[in-house]
Amino acid sequence: MIYYNMETRKMSFEAKRLLKLATCSVLMLMSAVALAYGPEGSQVNMDPGVTEVGENIFNLHMVILIICTVIGVAVFGVMFYSIIYHRKSKGAVASHFHESTKVEIAWTVVPFFILIGMAVPATSSLLAVYNTDDAELDILVTGFQWKWKYEYIDENGQNVSFFSNLRTPQSEIRNSEPKGEHYLLEVDEPVVIPVDTKVRFLITANDVIHSWWVPELAVKRDAIPGFINEAWTKVHTVGVYRGQCAELCGKDHGFMPIVVNVVSKDEYATWLSGKQAEAAAVKELMAQTFTLDQLMERGADVYARSCLACHGAKGEGGVGTALAGSAIATGDIAKHLDIGINGVPGTAMQAFGGQLNDVEMAAVITYQRNAFGNNMGDMIQPIDVYNHKKG
Amino acid sequence: MGEHHHHGPAKGLTRWLFTTNHKDIGTMYLWFSFAMFILGGSFAMIIRAELFQPGLQLVEPEFFNQMTTLHGLVMVFGAIMPSFVGLANWLIPMMIGAPDMALPRMNNWSFWILPPAFLLLASTLFMEGGAPAAGWTFYAPLSTTYAGPSVTYFIFAIHVLGLSSIMGSINIIATVMNLRAPGMTYMKMPLFVWTWLITAFLLVAVMPVLAGCVTMMLMDVHFGTSFFSAAGGGDPVLFQHIFWFFGHPEVYIIILPAFGVVSQIIPAFSRKPLFGYDSMVYATASIAFLSFIVWAHHMYTVGLPVAGELFFMYATMLIAVPTGVKVFNWVTTMWRGSLSFETPMLFCIGFLILFTIGGFTGLMLAIAPADFQYHDTYFVVAHFHYVMVAGAVFSMSAAIYFWLPKWCGRMYNETMGKTHFWISFVGFNLAFFPQHFVGLAGMPRRIPDYALQFTDFNMMSTVGAFIYGLSQILFLYNVIATIVAGKKVSDPKVWDGAEGLEWTVATPAPYHTFETPPKIDPAHAHS
Repeated sequence: MIYYNMETRKMSFEAKRLLKLATCSVLMLMSAVALAYGPEGSQVNMDPGVTEVGENIFNLHMVILIICTVIGVAVFGVMFYSIIYHRKSKGAVASHFHESTKVEIAWTVVPFFILIGMAVPATSSLLAVYNTDDAELDILVTGFQWKWKYEYIDENGQNVSFFSNLRTPQSEIRNSEPKGEHYLLEVDEPVVIPVDTKVRFLITANDVIHSWWVPELAVKRDAIPGFINEAWTKVHTVGVYRGQCAELCGKDHGFMPIVVNVVSKDEYATWLSGKQAEAAAVKELMAQTFTLDQLMERGADVYARSCLACHGAKGEGGVGTALAGSAIATGDIAKHLDIGINGVPGTAMQAFGGQLNDVEMAAVITYQRNAFGNNMGDMIQPIDVYNHKKG
Repeated sequence: MGEHHHHGPAKGLTRWLFTTNHKDIGTMYLWFSFAMFILGGSFAMIIRAELFQPGLQLVEPEFFNQMTTLHGLVMVFGAIMPSFVGLANWLIPMMIGAPDMALPRMNNWSFWILPPAFLLLASTLFMEGGAPAAGWTFYAPLSTTYAGPSVTYFIFAIHVLGLSSIMGSINIIATVMNLRAPGMTYMKMPLFVWTWLITAFLLVAVMPVLAGCVTMMLMDVHFGTSFFSAAGGGDPVLFQHIFWFFGHPEVYIIILPAFGVVSQIIPAFSRKPLFGYDSMVYATASIAFLSFIVWAHHMYTVGLPVAGELFFMYATMLIAVPTGVKVFNWVTTMWRGSLSFETPMLFCIGFLILFTIGGFTGLMLAIAPADFQYHDTYFVVAHFHYVMVAGAVFSMSAAIYFWLPKWCGRMYNETMGKTHFWISFVGFNLAFFPQHFVGLAGMPRRIPDYALQFTDFNMMSTVGAFIYGLSQILFLYNVIATIVAGKKVSDPKVWDGAEGLEWTVATPAPYHTFETPPKIDPAHAHS
């Protein structure tokens, strides 16, 4: 009876051991499968992207991953050999060796040479990343809380600039509507660049630190207020590439995507001249005087783009104060305009003076004073905004 | 005068309030750190619950940022660091044959200023504008001119806990240097003592840097200076240099004592002396030295000049050499040993595998051009949780199971301990392994909502995180059940393979040990 019990106990130990080994193998297999396929549609590895630099980085990444995996398999192999064959329960008797100068020197020196092997390609890739010479096009990228501004620097002073805001509606974020294909990775106006052209990005920020990152372009650079960083790309495939801000920048850090539209050189030229014409038109608009209805119509658009997220669709407030019936929107018009232009320091209300042009600013202030049941009947013209900015 | 010898602990609350006994203080540190571990863990659960699926479900982005910030701060400063200080308090005097810590009154003080500091930090959650939300790295100017009013309280809390750390480490240095029993030369000290001695020097060197850093923040916020603002002649990147000059050694402050723990436990359950003791000491010292010259590898994307970038890349890669030596030594210690797999050993093997994976991803992150893709993604999050959780926390679990029977004279429930290990191991990997994938696929860290292609792995991650979190309840239950009603053990050497002076005193360890220094057997070079 006793013998029988011991036998079953031994069996159950074996069974336990097998179970553990099985758990381990299943875990490893799971990782391997995940590596190979992942859940359907999920990317599990870095994307080599659409630039030479990106491909270099990808290769570097893979080489180091493989070296690490090989070393890992060897080290864990030795360890598991011990775990399986050197166990006390199998009657293993411990040796008492505890040093070996030769072995210890070997495993200090060999890794050193492996590291040198890694450092060589890493150095050349890094030098390539840093080589911003001979760019054919310069774009100034400015991070704002929580949007990006792009400014195409033109030799003839015909700069084109615009903001690029998240386009995903709040209803999708708040789960009241199904999420679209490019949820959180879509903007109202993407940055457009020509294919096969070395583009230099001059990256800075207006408020806190942001980081401009597009994985498929292999460009990630911090946008630091008061300093300008340089990065470059030369994309060899036409397409739309999406990225996000990579440095925590406050509340809506997760909601300031980047979309780069890479087009043929011809298409780019057409797009650029279109934007330049648009800019010229806006300049002309600045000199015009608008009717209340015209301002209201434009103002509604601007409001939806720039104010709605914080102040609500009906001016009911949210993160920002309510505008419907507020002391500001129904009070002194000059003060209202001043807040629009300069913001309220220490609050989430930003200075929009640099983000909206004078027509937009005039329209949206007018709109706020005459919508949501506010019925002031007064209005601001672009020239008022211009004068206010001049002081 | 008659009561001079062998007095026990005082009774009641004052025992804990006024105690200068290293064991009492060690116990308080350990319980405090476990409480912080649960608090920081519950913040993590909020983060993971929100990230279970895309969209904003449970919390607002502001609150999400407060959670990521507090999770990091509480885990680093409240859970991991104090837990190892607690372990040092309990073990260092017993390991070197000292009657107590060298500076017992300061020891009391360095513990008792911790709870108020964390109370202050936690109270920011209820302040106007909420808790700090700029991440545990609190980069300026997001943490200064753009922060809410609670940042001032946060700065004060950091000052106080920095003070606690500095006092604690001075105490450890003084103890190790002055109170070793006759014959306990430096190269005979157990490795845990060595790693802590080196850690204490790191702490004394870098905590003042952190204090300086937050003081500059305070000046920027309240006194109109512009240390971190370009508009006033300062530089936001300066903040990062100062922070990481503290922050990188800080990483080793957390992991070196863990190395020490593993170096005690693996030999015990391999029934074989630690392989390469001398090289372990030198490797620890090299890692500590290197930790001072690699800080900017956290800042590859800030726009450093290329020469600087190369320097920090090469220096960082070098760390792989001493770290590799350590891993090779542990594996070789197991080689041709007589292994058994009690819970502490399981946690050490878990440590060995997962920490090594974290080391590999660390090496990948060291490669500057590749880091342009990894930086600030979930790949980094996965990396540092492999070294912080599977490294530091796993080794801490191992330590508790290993020394608890010595401390309280009762044996924990082995089945429950092993169950704790396996659930932790599976939960941990399920939580953090997929984060490598989403990181490589382009998911930035510290975002409350994400694009649809990251959904599957985030769900897995959340499930794993909850499994890991729940397994800690089992741990807590097992520890309490052991202390209250565990099976009694009285053999001084609780584990047949354990070596070292702490296993020569009675079990449970009496309130005062080594009132007269022990004799060190010259044949026993080290444990």
